Amino acid sequence: MPKKTIIPIGPYHPLQEEPEFFKLHVEGEKVVGLDIEIGYNHRGIEKLSESKTFEQTVFLVERICGICSTSHPIACVQAVEDAGDIEVPERVLYIRSVIGELERIHSHLLWLGLAGHFLGFNTVWMWVWRYRESVLDMMEHITGNRNHYAMMKPGGVRRDILPEDIPGIKKTLDGLVKPLALFRDAVIDDPVIHARTKGVGILTKQQIIDYGALGPTARASGVKIDTRKDYPHAAYGLVDWKVITAENGDVFDKTVVRILEMFESIKIIEQCLDKLKTVPGPVDSNPKAIKPGDGIGHYEAPRGEVFHYIRSDGTNRPVRHKVRAPSFMNVPTDRVAVMGQSIADATIILAAVDPCYCCTERMIAIDADTRRTALRSPDLLRLSQEKTELLKRELGKEGPKLDFGVPS
Amino acid sequence: MSFTVNALTRSLNVFHLSGSACNNCDIEILDVLTPRYDAERFGMVLVGSIRHADVLLLSGAFNRKSAIRLKRVYEDAPKPVVVIAVGSCACTGNIFTGSYNISEPVCNYIPVDAFLPGCPPKPEAMISAVVKLIQKLKGK
Repeated sequence: MPKKTIIPIGPYHPLQEEPEFFKLHVEGEKVVGLDIEIGYNHRGIEKLSESKTFEQTVFLVERICGICSTSHPIACVQAVEDAGDIEVPERVLYIRSVIGELERIHSHLLWLGLAGHFLGFNTVWMWVWRYRESVLDMMEHITGNRNHYAMMKPGGVRRDILPEDIPGIKKTLDGLVKPLALFRDAVIDDPVIHARTKGVGILTKQQIIDYGALGPTARASGVKIDTRKDYPHAAYGLVDWKVITAENGDVFDKTVVRILEMFESIKIIEQCLDKLKTVPGPVDSNPKAIKPGDGIGHYEAPRGEVFHYIRSDGTNRPVRHKVRAPSFMNVPTDRVAVMGQSIADATIILAAVDPCYCCTERMIAIDADTRRTALRSPDLLRLSQEKTELLKRELGKEGPKLDFGVPS
Repeated sequence: MSFTVNALTRSLNVFHLSGSACNNCDIEILDVLTPRYDAERFGMVLVGSIRHADVLLLSGAFNRKSAIRLKRVYEDAPKPVVVIAVGSCACTGNIFTGSYNISEPVCNYIPVDAFLPGCPPKPEAMISAVVKLIQKLKGK
């Protein structure tokens, strides 16, 4: 029997942009286990948010992640609007969708480029990122910044998309269709990409459901889940588009799903821009106060569903702000996807869910004396069980006592 | 111009260390390498290990966990090493100042040679910063 070896990847590794630590357990060339250690990226955003006003909170959640930097704000302002029963003008919905979809295109192109880089196919990286620049230019033209657009605010958006800008945006989008078709054909026809990605890192439909994975990761395995269709928000219920799914759940299918989604995004943006020509109105309802209550906001970020919960007590600050990002659900699927694969394929499998650790890291617990992480997974499970018990007692319901066999 | 400065400034080998960043500065740093900006024309390449590096690029505010590692990385770097703080978070802490898990600004931990504010700084700004830094190293 071959000896079991541990290969550390990270926390500061040339392969990854973000600090995170993977422990690959290998037997020979085969991966037999994976541990993920995170915590290098926790900034205490939920707590900071309680010290900021509702308008400032939007700028803060924008800086949760630089790649989905409009998904978090949209989910956040929707949560505030839900809590305060704020009506939003129709024009705002279309503008939010345009910004959100432009972001999806830039994020998927970014992933496609990095995937090429992880495969050792740097030509793909350079070509894809070259065309990504035109999306960033559009963003700079509309919002004033290449990333971190600062467009959203509770009750509206901060800037309008001017009628004279629309032809220019449409022209750039049309220019993007040709390179996107090139990438689609390249991925579908290229024997090298086939060899490296087909049948690699397979996630079955049942595994996706068990792990609760979201976004393109789930859709590539045939789970038709998309917040834009399931709980229509912004303008997604008002335009015509379809959810892209694939069946095999390997890295190849994840790539194809992401590429085809970009075409859908272009379709959505063009319809929204047409609507913007006719739908008049202000772009801000100027809410004066947020009444007490709580609200939730969903948004389908490029990686899956972003969820925000906000509770207001009638002051100008949230009392509680909870964020759940899609990578939190997607990253654990690495454990099953990477099992039994070779070390060389592990990098692309770990990258295939498009992990985003700055989105994921929402909690940390440190022992003040030893300065070590105080809560490990059994502790978390026990805390969760205790909370369930407490809630049941509060509601006056006696259910079966939960026990996952964790030593107390 | 001394031999060291000449060797250092001719081709800058850059090691990029992302602290608790939001990814944005990191992506813009990679953007500098891609065809539109293409900093590799000037001999700037990203290297995989701090032991090969002339320049240490820092991005993001550093939290309690990563600040300790930052010190280790700086100690491992072959000297002289030029340290550039990219983005407002690395310079001052930006919007995260006051968080329970964010450390002091990086310049309190290690000597920083250049601050490059912006959220995120544009690729043009990054190239301009490196050009200015090279001129400063050469004593111009």
